[in-house]
Amino acid sequence: MPETIDKVAIQLKVNGKPYSLAVEPRTLLVELLREELNLTGTHVGCDTTYCGACTVLLNGASVKSCTMFAVQADGAEILTVEGLAKDGKLHPIQKAFGDSYGLQCGYCTPGLMLSTFQLVTKNHEPSENEIRKAIAGNTCRCTGYQNIFKAIRLAAQNMKGA
Amino acid sequence: MYPRPFHYHRAGSLPEAATMLSQLGDDAKLLAGGQSLIPLMKLRFANPSHLVDLNFVPGTSYINEQNGAVRFGALTRHSEIENSSIGVRFPILHDCAAGIADVQIRNRGTIGGSLAEADPSGDWAAVLLTQKTEIWCLSPRGERSVPLTDFITDAYTTVLEHDELVREISVEVPGKGTGGAYLAFKRSAPVYPTASAAVQITMEGDICKDAHLVLGCVGLVPVRATAAADALRDRRIDDKSVAAAMDAVREAVDPQADMRGSAEYKRTLAAALVKRAIEVAVRRARGERVEVSHIYA
Repeated sequence: MPETIDKVAIQLKVNGKPYSLAVEPRTLLVELLREELNLTGTHVGCDTTYCGACTVLLNGASVKSCTMFAVQADGAEILTVEGLAKDGKLHPIQKAFGDSYGLQCGYCTPGLMLSTFQLVTKNHEPSENEIRKAIAGNTCRCTGYQNIFKAIRLAAQNMKGA
Repeated sequence: MYPRPFHYHRAGSLPEAATMLSQLGDDAKLLAGGQSLIPLMKLRFANPSHLVDLNFVPGTSYINEQNGAVRFGALTRHSEIENSSIGVRFPILHDCAAGIADVQIRNRGTIGGSLAEADPSGDWAAVLLTQKTEIWCLSPRGERSVPLTDFITDAYTTVLEHDELVREISVEVPGKGTGGAYLAFKRSAPVYPTASAAVQITMEGDICKDAHLVLGCVGLVPVRATAAADALRDRRIDDKSVAAAMDAVREAVDPQADMRGSAEYKRTLAAALVKRAIEVAVRRARGERVEVSHIYA
């Protein structure tokens, strides 16, 4: 790289905490979260926009953070798995995944929980088909999805009361 | 994976973005939803020196209905179209928007980006070619509208000049007695379809008065199957005319064998999708509400 690339100043909120940073344009959002902010709960799976392990919420909408540049998150609010639990208490979605054994190795779980978040905040009684559609962009290679479905249904119930 | 380093430019308006493209030269690319471009850059198939980001331009994401046409801002996300009320009256748009890739990709990907990229496996071009669609393009020299039929010239190639961008997509709302449907088959949610079929059929009683059939993923550009449309026009929609249309589709498509299947498989798949899409379009033309979307495991 012969010429220098200017870093870009950005401001964003991650899990409610404000940050002012200078980022290289090619830095992906997931790299910013993991390498700069040490929020390693967001995983990199396929790194090719397929598996959804890197799913985070950007202003409330789920996105694959490996397929977005960090500079594009300027001014945005990001929610990662680290932002789910409050005051040492698990979020109802996390509790549901635990109670339903909705995970095995856990690699896909942060992404699945954030896809669940987008679904159940709008829909407290998702149908089988709605759950299927909501997590179609999240790949799990351990569980066969049955317990993930149970977890999402339970999470929706838990959120109804919340 | 890291893309090659690039300079980042944030456009404040669409005219400014066009000016930036013209000043930065051939090695500058527009960044819309980024759901194709960013993976290509990470794999280093695309290595632009400059990216002009459109995502901070206000007023580029909208769905308006005016004078019998729906107008989409170029950066309208697939998910916004999926969740818009327009899909109830214009269901082929919902068929497409709700089935592209997965939730996360639909939250980012844009209709303008999909058309401007002109990926042979893209969904929107096939769907909108069955409709009266105009692409409003903007460059430092001003604005022009191009019918979608003239917009895509080859795989990944459009009539857009280097410093020209898509501002708006305008689609005429079909009248009564006509119905459309889009069906795509894909191996799993996040991937491009293996084949897709878009159909618009106008009925008068039992007779098909007009038909438009377009196949996606089975040629370098979406295939407009005019012979298949001729096989339906002024005829009853029955087993015989549908079989003739399916034969014409098999003839019209020119699929490439790849990891998604052999050419023969794709030919058969395209014909099968057309058959199902005709069925849905005819039911919709009669005023029935039918829900369909991409088919995947």
